[in-house]
Amino acid sequence: MTAPIKDFAKRSNGYRAAKWSEPVVMQMTGTGRRGVVFEDAPAPALPGKSARKAAPALPEVTEHDALRHYLHLSQMTLGMMGISLFGTCTMKYNPRIGERASLDHLRGLHPLQEAETLQGVLEMYDNFSDFLCEVSGMDQFVFQAGGGADAAYTHACVTRAYHASRGELQQRDQIITTIQTHPCSPATANTAGFEVITLSLEENGYPSIEQLKSVVGPRTAALMVNNPDDMGIYNPDIKEWVRIVHEAGGLCFYDHANFNGVMTRLRARELGFDACMYMLHKTFGAPKGGGGPAVGAYGCAEHLVPFLPGPVVVKDGGSYRLDADRPQSIGRVREFWGNAPQVLKAYAWARAMGAEGLREAADISVLSNNYMDWRLAQVRGVSRSNPGIDAPRMEMTRHSVEQVTEETGCSIFDISMRMTDFGIDALWLSHEPFLVPEPFTPEAGELWSKEDIDYWIDVLEHVIGEAYADPEIVKTAPHNAAIHQLTSALDEPDVWATTWRAYERKHRKQMAAE
Amino acid sequence: MSRLGLIINPVAGLGGAMGRKGSDETDIAQRATAEGRVSQAPHRAARALAAFRAQSDAPVLAGPVLPDGDAAQAFGPGALTQTAKDTLATVQAMQGQVDLILFAGGDGTARDICAANETGIPILGIPSGVKMQSGVFARSPERAGRLSAAFLADPRRRTEMVEILDLDEAARRDGRLSAQLYTVARTALDRQGARQNPKAGSTDPVGDLDAALAAYVAEMEPDTLYILGPGTTMKALKDRLGGGSLLGVDLAEGGRLTGIDLDDTALLARVRGRRVRVVLTVVGGQGFLLGRGNQQISSQVLRAAGLPPIDVICGAEKLAGLTPQELTIDTGDPTLDGTLAGYWPVITGAGRKQVVRVVA
Ligand SMILES: Cc1ncc(COP(=O)(O)O)c(C=O)c1O
Repeated sequence: MTAPIKDFAKRSNGYRAAKWSEPVVMQMTGTGRRGVVFEDAPAPALPGKSARKAAPALPEVTEHDALRHYLHLSQMTLGMMGISLFGTCTMKYNPRIGERASLDHLRGLHPLQEAETLQGVLEMYDNFSDFLCEVSGMDQFVFQAGGGADAAYTHACVTRAYHASRGELQQRDQIITTIQTHPCSPATANTAGFEVITLSLEENGYPSIEQLKSVVGPRTAALMVNNPDDMGIYNPDIKEWVRIVHEAGGLCFYDHANFNGVMTRLRARELGFDACMYMLHKTFGAPKGGGGPAVGAYGCAEHLVPFLPGPVVVKDGGSYRLDADRPQSIGRVREFWGNAPQVLKAYAWARAMGAEGLREAADISVLSNNYMDWRLAQVRGVSRSNPGIDAPRMEMTRHSVEQVTEETGCSIFDISMRMTDFGIDALWLSHEPFLVPEPFTPEAGELWSKEDIDYWIDVLEHVIGEAYADPEIVKTAPHNAAIHQLTSALDEPDVWATTWRAYERKHRKQMAAE
Repeated sequence: MSRLGLIINPVAGLGGAMGRKGSDETDIAQRATAEGRVSQAPHRAARALAAFRAQSDAPVLAGPVLPDGDAAQAFGPGALTQTAKDTLATVQAMQGQVDLILFAGGDGTARDICAANETGIPILGIPSGVKMQSGVFARSPERAGRLSAAFLADPRRRTEMVEILDLDEAARRDGRLSAQLYTVARTALDRQGARQNPKAGSTDPVGDLDAALAAYVAEMEPDTLYILGPGTTMKALKDRLGGGSLLGVDLAEGGRLTGIDLDDTALLARVRGRRVRVVLTVVGGQGFLLGRGNQQISSQVLRAAGLPPIDVICGAEKLAGLTPQELTIDTGDPTLDGTLAGYWPVITGAGRKQVVRVVA
């Protein structure tokens, strides 16, 4: 529970990030220091050319040097435990018990063991598939995809295999999507070799049926959409969309990364979709980890099951085995069975929640969003996207500070950066292109308490107040963070280095001067 | 040290309030004075300058008149003639002196600036005119100011080419609103947020379009006669076919250009009996597909060619900037416009099309 902002000034001196003058770990060399020294470590006997000629360039630090170094670095971040109402796909807390469970249960296993010795983990995969089938109405789930985008790619490949099996792949070379579908759908459709047809939004906040009909035809391979879309708008015509695409012979894929508001209340299959995807690393409580180990759980109806990536876990009587003999399978999209520890964490979360828990979480996330909407409506200069339409919005929607920007010159980026001075992580704005100017898309989910939501909106309100009173404070923020504003865009290749080697190459002169 | 040039056309916008379709008539200043009217341009320039000043302390050289307030130094000719000559002289004096020319005016001012801008300094418009069909105008004075500051701060000074259109006086005398494509200019690339939002740096509109053009050329049918419209995007397509005109309508067949800068009579003669395709881009800043800047592709030409398929190539960023989200056609033939209206797939990248509503 966060203390209300009114106590902020009274009881605290505000958030201040430590600002250590910390070298890059690679600069900690030449000291001869070691962490642990193994007196009699054997030198590996490597054949001829495999042995390196020069010793690797490694930092030389003691164990406590290393710990202090990383402690300092972590003190220079917001700590990933701040209030982050991060929309377009729910971010939630990842219970620590999941870390423990995956360590305890998976540490001793290897995916190449004989299946008889892996019965527990195979059972978990099978159970979780059943669980998600119940939730979505699909017939089989696989957990190989290493993220949401990877699951979308899985679908693009399944689409290809499906039409090829019917001899229609040459003809069906187009995948239809919408401008407010997550960019991973068009990107993966392109990668799989399809032409992408993107539908534009119209007055109701989503593309009209006429627009869809204008492009559906014999070339249609699939429809790939999320619903709600990136602005949080649910398309009320979605069943009709699916019917139209099916009638033309295309498949329909539901990117259900934004599942939180309708968990246990809406099944992708019942809307007619052939396949869908959930994000275990978001909706199902497993860590997302900055594009690191994630899982896009991909599920499909019976007619697509033969094309799924393998091996697939199969239950034979009382035991489980891995079925790799699947002639129509698209093959692998990821090594082994994907990120098994994440699957286990999500499974633990889902079992702990149960059907009732999921339903309650969905309801709370809608309630929280309504509360958030109600409060945001009272903040000066903040508006909701598509104010004139009444399409349902459940767990999130896009807002804008355009008026604040016009009146004070402070953009949403400035406001977001000033909010970090109050311990708030950078806001989620919008995917591109920005159809709503100066956008931000908060989502509370079931996690954040009313006090948390209040604090977040209080900070926003406070910062917008500052923008009107003294815009300079906002424009030059952050003031209390370890690092202030960037001085150049991140896509300037001569400036930025993402590895130490690149840094040495690009900044040799400067390093020599130092 | 970076410097900003600020051109304020003191008669910009006057014609609108006086019920005229522009402010280009030479005696507009005297008549406005007689009617007691003042231009909003200095005021709008001051708004842009305030937004600029909030983010930049670069010197601002302003002329032929000064904005309201005192945030700029006077620059250019001392004695004013009260005609477009003042603008031309100021722009000439700015050559080599400034890094960006911000101007308050409309299409007419943009044309004058381009005429005098010999070294091709990037220009950016503060919307203040009667006619603003060109692609150089920011959406508001404040945005123009902020974008100018961002441009001067950007070490790479990224720019893009945009079309400068102005009302077609000949068509106007016939009672029809139509615009001609006069030239192209370099303008500051709007990279809103690229600096502080790392994810915003990820798209590459120029690369996307380039790939789209390459794919288009690779798939051109050998027996079809292609009518290629004007504009910077189309020029890049024509360059892939060996050259061609920037402002004109060209023809291509069999993988090369076979007609350059043709008028509608020449096009009429060439399309008869042929299998034809038309390739267009969205010209200027107002979302026009046909009837602005490409009148050569007239309703007669389209009918003579048997209402050929029309391919449109346009970057997704440009489409996203349209308000409302639609494109417009105005061939001067309402029946034809009605037939053509509907949902058009616009090529936005290699293997990418976006469906956009086209209205008459
Ligand atoms: C709707 C939607 N689909 C797909 C994705 C992509 O997921 P991932 O980042 O796991 O690849 C996201 C994530 O931002 C999303 O919001």
